[in-house]
Amino acid sequence: MKTSRQVGIIGYGAYVPIYRIKNQEIARVWGKSAWPIKEKSVPGLDEDSLTMAYEASYNAIKRAQIPPEEIEAVYVGSESPPYAVKPSATVIAEALGITPRLIAIDMEFACRAGTTALQSVIGLVGSGMIKYGLAVGTDTAQARPGDALEFTAAAGAAAFIVGKGEEALAEIEATYSYVTDTPDFWRREGQKYPRHGGRFTGDPAYFKHIVEAARGLMSEAGLAPQDFDYVVFHQPNLKFPLKVAKKLGFSKEQVSAGLLSGIIGNTYAAASMIGLAAVLDKAKPGERILVVSFGSGAGSDAISLVTTELLEQKRSLAPFVESYINRRIYVDYATYAKFRGKIMR
Amino acid sequence: MVKANSIPRVWRERTIKYRLIGGKCKKCGKSFYPFRRICPRCGSEEVEEVHLPREGKLLYYTVIRAPPSDFEEYAPYVVGIVELKDGTRVLAQITDVVEDQLEEGVNVEAVFRKYREQGKEGIIEYGIKFRPKT
Amino acid sequence: MRKVYVAGIGATKIREHWEVSLRELLVKAAQKAIEDSNIEKKKIQAAFIGNMSSGVLQGQEHLGSLFATWMGIPGIAASKVEAACASGGAAFHSAYLAVASGMYDCVIALGVEKMSDALTGDVTAALIMADDQDYVAFTGASFVGLNALVYRAYMKKYGAKQEDIALFAVHDHKYAVNNELAQFRREFSLEDVLKSPLIADPIRLLECAPTGDGAAAVVLCSEEYLKEANNEVKIEVAASTLATDILSLHDRDDLTTLRATVRAAEKAYKMAKISPSDVDVLEVHDAFTILGVIHLEDLGFAKKGEGWKLVKEGEIELGGKIPTNLMGGLKARGHPVGATGIYQIYDAVTQLKGEAGKNQVDDAEVALAQNVGGVGGTVSINIFRRVR
Repeated sequence: MKTSRQVGIIGYGAYVPIYRIKNQEIARVWGKSAWPIKEKSVPGLDEDSLTMAYEASYNAIKRAQIPPEEIEAVYVGSESPPYAVKPSATVIAEALGITPRLIAIDMEFACRAGTTALQSVIGLVGSGMIKYGLAVGTDTAQARPGDALEFTAAAGAAAFIVGKGEEALAEIEATYSYVTDTPDFWRREGQKYPRHGGRFTGDPAYFKHIVEAARGLMSEAGLAPQDFDYVVFHQPNLKFPLKVAKKLGFSKEQVSAGLLSGIIGNTYAAASMIGLAAVLDKAKPGERILVVSFGSGAGSDAISLVTTELLEQKRSLAPFVESYINRRIYVDYATYAKFRGKIMR
Repeated sequence: MVKANSIPRVWRERTIKYRLIGGKCKKCGKSFYPFRRICPRCGSEEVEEVHLPREGKLLYYTVIRAPPSDFEEYAPYVVGIVELKDGTRVLAQITDVVEDQLEEGVNVEAVFRKYREQGKEGIIEYGIKFRPKT
Repeated sequence: MRKVYVAGIGATKIREHWEVSLRELLVKAAQKAIEDSNIEKKKIQAAFIGNMSSGVLQGQEHLGSLFATWMGIPGIAASKVEAACASGGAAFHSAYLAVASGMYDCVIALGVEKMSDALTGDVTAALIMADDQDYVAFTGASFVGLNALVYRAYMKKYGAKQEDIALFAVHDHKYAVNNELAQFRREFSLEDVLKSPLIADPIRLLECAPTGDGAAAVVLCSEEYLKEANNEVKIEVAASTLATDILSLHDRDDLTTLRATVRAAEKAYKMAKISPSDVDVLEVHDAFTILGVIHLEDLGFAKKGEGWKLVKEGEIELGGKIPTNLMGGLKARGHPVGATGIYQIYDAVTQLKGEAGKNQVDDAEVALAQNVGGVGGTVSINIFRRVR
């Protein structure tokens, strides 16, 4: 899929909360382990997916160097919004000074909601309907105590502002989306924790959709794995992205810059987007990046970007992903359970 | 039982709280938070709105261990007076910090966080807090 | 403005009065004061009731009419006066003006607070209403927390130590032992105070005035009415002043001085034609030990930063340079917030009447009572002189 006008990312930002819990600490309580995942991020008591989205967006605006009022769309992708009914997009837009002239909406598609938000905003800008649009992927993922996913369900946010190609630090080359009805991971209305299909989440879900989306994009755009300098996959753990990279013909070197799940866990709707932000923090001009998200339900967005000269100028205007990763306060399981509301009051 | 909750009241002050909007008196030069139409120091009505600086220094802080009922689930937490880069003083919570590792005089930066919920079913009140700047 | 005299005083004990309602507390205190005054109840023309939180904690407003009804004197001019924890002092000030102006001849000033009916967290939420709801209460700051910031600022600016400031609490408890009305009539050592749990760092539990229930009353009247009353001891209100300051700490330039105290004191000393050295008995608003120390300075008894020395050197004891809080102060006598201003006056006048028993200052002639609302948003100062 391509837009009729050239568009690109004019600003980007990420956020990871300061608290961490180590894999071995969770293992201590439940007697399992998720090695090689080292640790995951934990949102503090005063954080939620909305506050994290704010900071990621604030960073994106700093890099974009545009007045917030000129942003005309705020699309927030999350599966853990603080309200079931009342969008985070309005609060974020109000807090950033973007209101009131804008299109605002919250979207849900598990871990893919952020990239789908990005797709939508690319369409709005590409059609000439708006000048700038903000897309955010954010989650404070919640996992059932003792479940395998508890070792990785983490919190984070990433935001991208889309504008004209001439102003971009990374131009959008092409996108491709692959979607089917595949119930690998879900949460029914009113339930506190999600459920998943165990091994069913692998081949029929994660691998199938990522492979199809990646191959679909490369076929339509006439590209091959060696044309890319970086590839970022959705990262629910370390094993899956490394395996799918190999399957598609990408090398470990291409994957590593955008692979952070080992130290921050799976940030769900933010996962591939924080990976992309980490790549943009270090990529040189004229490099090509492939991002392939995966959201349960299921679907993948594949997006191909090429960096420009503007990237090196703009990226120091806001904190790097690495600076968030390096800020850490470790908590024990009891504190983690208190922060995540797993202890009933 | 005691609640100063009200949706309109929170809504009315939201932009000031979300964007840290203060006032600067054109007559005596005092800068204060929140914005007010009349200067609290000299009484002049020539006050302009300012988007206050997002960084400052932590002047004094305390750890609240016996909280008001609507903050019970967050205790203990830190409340302090921050002096922003332009001299304006703000009272706010200090977050992302281990209480006994905090020091007076440390540099802090503004962050957007949740302050309280009007009960489990009510609205969520957001505002600016500060965290140590690294 | 004509002279105003204290005709009678009365007060209930301070404690968790589970069996006594707010209205009953008011009536009891009023009855005692009226009896002490020797003036007939029906001669009272007006009532000014100091109270901070009856609406929020008791669901009860309109205390003026409530009191008039339950006292059996409907028809008087009566209303509630509110200035946070200075409500008592503010009510007294209104009562004083009522008689001094010549409009009324005999009035009663009361203070009442009932805090025990509510849960602790709710009382804490009610007390922070003494500061800005939208920008201070919103941060989750507790009233103790705000005073903790003052404590920190003071220690930093003057190099003072907590172990010296905390002595104020030890002092109060020593004297409360001899005060029948006091909430806590037992002594605490400095070690007890410093080891008590932290409430808002660095303030410890035993540095904080307790919550409780109580009511106190003062009957004020003109000189002619006083003659009718046949009172042996003539106590004149030598000065009554009220001043405000900027409400919130973060809007002020200096956290270690309560400018409202300085303003009210300057006017009061002038009005009474005295200087600090003329004061024989002092009642200061030590809701927290740090405030007690600061008040001594702001009232002119010590240089800024040296108030704690007066305490450490025993100068606020019986026989010291400036006997202070000799009936237990807020910390040990108690602090039912809206009533405190009147309790302080009760304690001060008791000294002037010579009825303070073991805590009696010899030949007490001039007493000063300072009542503070919020963290100094309002300060009320009343000076009494025994006329011989």
